[in-house]
Amino acid sequence: MSTKLNRDDVIQNTVYDVYENYDESKSTVDEIILPERDKDKDPILDIRGLGIDFGGLTAVDEFTIAIGRTEIAGIIGPNGAGKTTIFNLLTKVYQPTRGTFLFDGVDTSGMTTTQISKMGIARTFQNIRLFDKLTVEENVKAAMHNEVSYGLASGIFHGPKYRKQEKAAHERALELLSIFDMQDMADYQASSLPYGAQRRLEIVRALATNPKVLLLDEPAAGMNPSETAELMNNIRKIRDTFGIAILLIEHDMSLVMNVCEGIAVLNFGRIIAKGTPEEIQNNPAVIEAYLGKKKEAK
Amino acid sequence: MKMQIKNGRLSPYTKNSIISYGLVIGAFVIVSILNSMGMVSSSLQGQLVPICCYIVMAVSLNLVVGISGELSLGHAGFMSAGAYTGIVVSGILETSGLPIYGRLAVAIICGAIVAGVLGFLIGIPVLRLRGDYLAIVTLAFGEIIKNIMNIVYAGKDSHGFHLKTNPDLGLEEGGRMLLNGPMGATQVQRISTFAAGFVLVLITLFVVQNIMNSKQGRAIMACRDNRIAAESIGLNVMKYKLMAFTVSAALAGMGGALFGLNYSTLLPVKFNFNTSVLILVFVVLGGLGNIWGSIIAATILTILPEALRQFADYRMLAYAIVLILVMIFTYSPKIKNFTQGFIDKNFKRKKPTAQTEGGGQV
Ligand SMILES: Nc1ncnc2c1ncn2[C@@H]1O[C@H](COP(=O)(O)OP(=O)(O)OP(=O)(O)O)[C@@H](O)[C@H]1O
Ligand SMILES: [Mg+2]
Repeated sequence: MSTKLNRDDVIQNTVYDVYENYDESKSTVDEIILPERDKDKDPILDIRGLGIDFGGLTAVDEFTIAIGRTEIAGIIGPNGAGKTTIFNLLTKVYQPTRGTFLFDGVDTSGMTTTQISKMGIARTFQNIRLFDKLTVEENVKAAMHNEVSYGLASGIFHGPKYRKQEKAAHERALELLSIFDMQDMADYQASSLPYGAQRRLEIVRALATNPKVLLLDEPAAGMNPSETAELMNNIRKIRDTFGIAILLIEHDMSLVMNVCEGIAVLNFGRIIAKGTPEEIQNNPAVIEAYLGKKKEAK
Repeated sequence: MKMQIKNGRLSPYTKNSIISYGLVIGAFVIVSILNSMGMVSSSLQGQLVPICCYIVMAVSLNLVVGISGELSLGHAGFMSAGAYTGIVVSGILETSGLPIYGRLAVAIICGAIVAGVLGFLIGIPVLRLRGDYLAIVTLAFGEIIKNIMNIVYAGKDSHGFHLKTNPDLGLEEGGRMLLNGPMGATQVQRISTFAAGFVLVLITLFVVQNIMNSKQGRAIMACRDNRIAAESIGLNVMKYKLMAFTVSAALAGMGGALFGLNYSTLLPVKFNFNTSVLILVFVVLGGLGNIWGSIIAATILTILPEALRQFADYRMLAYAIVLILVMIFTYSPKIKNFTQGFIDKNFKRKKPTAQTEGGGQV
C-alpha cells in the first residue's frame, strides 16, 4: 500500500499539495481488519472487552477489536445496538463498566474526554453538535491546539504572538475547509449552514485537532446519494492525506461496503460478526440480525 | 484595537468593537463639550461616574452571562469587594503624598486584584454547578460578601492599618475609621472623576472585546454553545469558564472601586441582590453577548430613574413600563425580523446560498 503518507510530511505540506497529488487508483478497499500495511505495526486502537451497563441494561458488552493505523473500519448494526455508545466510551463521555482500550499502546483507563482528544481521538456526533453561534471558521479554529497556543495575556493585548498564530490558524482553517470545498463559507454562522454542510463542518473541526483516529457517527445521515458518493471519496482522501485511522458508524450499506476495509457488526451490544465487507455480506448471523430469522420472515 | 479584514470585509467582532468604542468616545466628547459650556444639569453631572461604573459592571457581567453562558446573580458582590478595597487603599494612601490620580489608579488596581482573586476562589466550586444551581449559588456568594462587609471594621493610625470584625479597633488619637461595619465607609475622600470613568470603560471594552476575538474567547463561546463538543475537541471547559468568571470579577472590582470613591459614605447594603439584578437587567436588555447593547442599556437605565423624578409617585411605575416596552421591542420576533431586515438591507449580510438538503436522522 503506497498511499500511506508520513504524518510529518502531511503537516509540512499543505493539504492542497497532497490533495492535488492524490491518485484515486492507489486507494484499495479490499483488505481485512488490520490491513496488510498495518499488520507489522501495533494497532492504533486496541479495544479489549469494553462494556457498559446503564442501570439494568447492558448497552455494550465484550467489545474487542483492533484498528490499524491507517485503516478505515466500520461498525454497523440495527438501531439501539450500542454503536454510538461505543464512540462515547472511546471518547470517555462514559467510563466503561468493564474492559479498557489502548490508544497507541497507552492504557486509557480513567482518562477524561479532554485528555483523549489531546492524545489524538477526534469524533463527530450523530446528532450534530456544532458551536452554533460561532462562524464556520471559528468552529474549526476552536479545535486547533498546535497552531494556537498563546496565553490569556496575548489574547487580551493581541501582541505579535497573537497575530502570528491567528494568521497561521486562519490559513490552516481555510485549508482544512477546502477538503470539502467549504472555504467560501468561512464567515457564515455555523447554525445557518445546510444540514449536509454542518455534517462536513463537524468532520473538518475534528480534523483540526490533528487526530490519529477519526470517529464518524453516521456521517452520511440525511445526505442524498450523490452527496454520499462524494463523502465516500472524501473519507478515503482524508485517510490517505492525513495517514490516520477512521472508524465509522453508518446505516448506509453502500458506503460501508465500499469504503470500509474491516467491519464489525453489533447486535444488542455484542459483536456478532467481524470481517471484510464480503465476509459480512455472506454471514448468516448478520443476515439474521438485519432481516430476522428465516422462520419469522416467512 | 486591531482591524481584522477578511475578504475585504470587517469581521463581525471588529464591527461591533468599533460601534462600542465609537459610542463611548462619542458620548464622552459630547458630554465634555456640553459640560464646558455649562449645559449639563447638575443631576446628570452627579450621574456621570455611576453611569461609567454601571457600564463597566454590565459589560463585565456580559462576559459571564452572554459570552460564557452562565447566569450569575452575585455580580454586585464583586463590585462591593472592589469598592471597599478601593476605599481602604485610598484611605491608607491619603497621607502618602501620592497625587490623586495615582492614588485612584492604585485603588482601582487593588480593587480589581481583590475582586479577581475572590472571583477565582468562588468560581472553583460554583462553576462545577450548572444552570439554575449555579445561579442560586452565585446569588448566595453575593449575599455572603455583603454580609461579611457588614462586620468588617478597618482603620488606620500612626501604628498602621487595623482590620477587625468588631468596632473596637483601639485606634489612637488622630486615627481614622475607614470601614465601619454595617455603617459602611464614611468620610470617604471623593476622588473618582468622569475622565477616570471614561478610561475605565475603555479598558473594560478593550479587555472584553479583545478576549472575544481571541483563542480564549472562541473557547469560552464554544463551551457555551456545546459543552460536549467542546470537550471532544480537547477544551478544558472548567478552565475557560473560570477564566471568564475571574476576568469578569476583576473588571467588576475596578468598576466597584471607582464607584466607592465617588461617594462620601457607602453602605454595604448598596451591593445587595437588587443591584446584582439591576446589572443583569442591563445585560439582558442590551442583548446577551452584545457589548454595545450593554453600554446603551446601562446608560439609559441609570439616567431614567432620575429623569423620571418629576413624576414623583409614578416614577417606579413609569420605570417598569419602560422596561416592559424595551423588552417587547427587543424580544418580539416581528420587531426582530423588522430590524434584521433593516440590517440586512443596509449592511448586506451574506447568507449561505448552498442548496438546502434533506433532514434525516438527528
Ligand atoms: N446515557 C444512557 N442512559 C441509558 N441508556 C442509554 C444511554 N445511552 C444509550 N443508552 C441505551 O443504550 C442502547 C444503545 O444505544 P446507542 O445510542 O449506542 O445505539 P445506536 O447503535 O447508536 O443506535 P442508532 O443506530 O439508533 O443510533 C440503547 O438501548 C439506548 O437506549
Ligand atoms: Mg447511534
